[in-house]
Amino acid sequence: MSDTHATMGHVGGVLEASPFSIPSKKLVMWLFIISDAVTFGAILFAYGFLKNASPDWPEPFKFSPSILNVMLMTFILVSSSLTMIIATRAAKGGDKVSAIRWTFITVASGILFALLHISEWFKLIGEGVRLFQNPWGSPMFGATFFAITGLHLTHVIGGVIALSVVALGYKRGRYNADDIEIWSLYWHFVDLVWMFVVPMVYLLNVAH
Amino acid sequence: MNTTDRMSSRLTADIIVYICILALSGVQIVLAYQHAPGTQLLVRMLAVAVIQAALGVTYFMHLREEQRSLRLALIPATIFVLLMMNMIWSDSFRLEHMRPLIK
Repeated sequence: MSDTHATMGHVGGVLEASPFSIPSKKLVMWLFIISDAVTFGAILFAYGFLKNASPDWPEPFKFSPSILNVMLMTFILVSSSLTMIIATRAAKGGDKVSAIRWTFITVASGILFALLHISEWFKLIGEGVRLFQNPWGSPMFGATFFAITGLHLTHVIGGVIALSVVALGYKRGRYNADDIEIWSLYWHFVDLVWMFVVPMVYLLNVAH
Repeated sequence: MNTTDRMSSRLTADIIVYICILALSGVQIVLAYQHAPGTQLLVRMLAVAVIQAALGVTYFMHLREEQRSLRLALIPATIFVLLMMNMIWSDSFRLEHMRPLIK
């Protein structure tokens, strides 16, 4: 039996070396992230198109409470990236208890962010903003606002679920430190997308 | 430098990056209240956001520690696609100037 067949014997196929010296799961996550970045890029460009082409685009966000709320949400999300880094480092260093604790602190931050975001939505809905109408101007404002922030919120909720599943699996030995690291990439990406959503959707529409 | 020292210095670097990203978020809010013309404001805001994203991808996502081939496979293609999307602006301005009943 040749060496190749000996390698195949148990696994059932020839395994090529990873092209970038990273686990395949990590490469898949990177590919997902760049495709998702392009998706967010596309909807932010579409938003810019509509805002530029609409003469009566509303500027409804007052410093208090909207911008203050956004500042708090930004602080929470960026801080959750830091806690996720600490979790990843702990997992890589073999400190399982600390890794799980910091991952769940990240999850709690994500839940808090989502709750603040949903409360912001309800406030705007209470002021009369709907998908295709609002009391201030261009009816497309609601569609773009809810589409962009809704897609981001979906990513946050997805990340909260994924991190919880991976942390629990890591605790039971089903997943390893690589899985924590891979999902931390996703979480950081969600944080970075928010860096573009805040100026485009909120800060360019502040009420002066 | 032993492993503990190395991990500690990396965490210090991460905290510095974290503070920088938060500070840049503060800069964006200051910019928002400076009454700059729309296009200038957009460019400044996006410039700050790009710096934040670059810091996050480089340090938080550790892309600088990956092989150069991975960086070359991911970054130029993404930037190229995002730049190509800028083609929409001409149509957006056309709509602005050809809008019926514009004053």
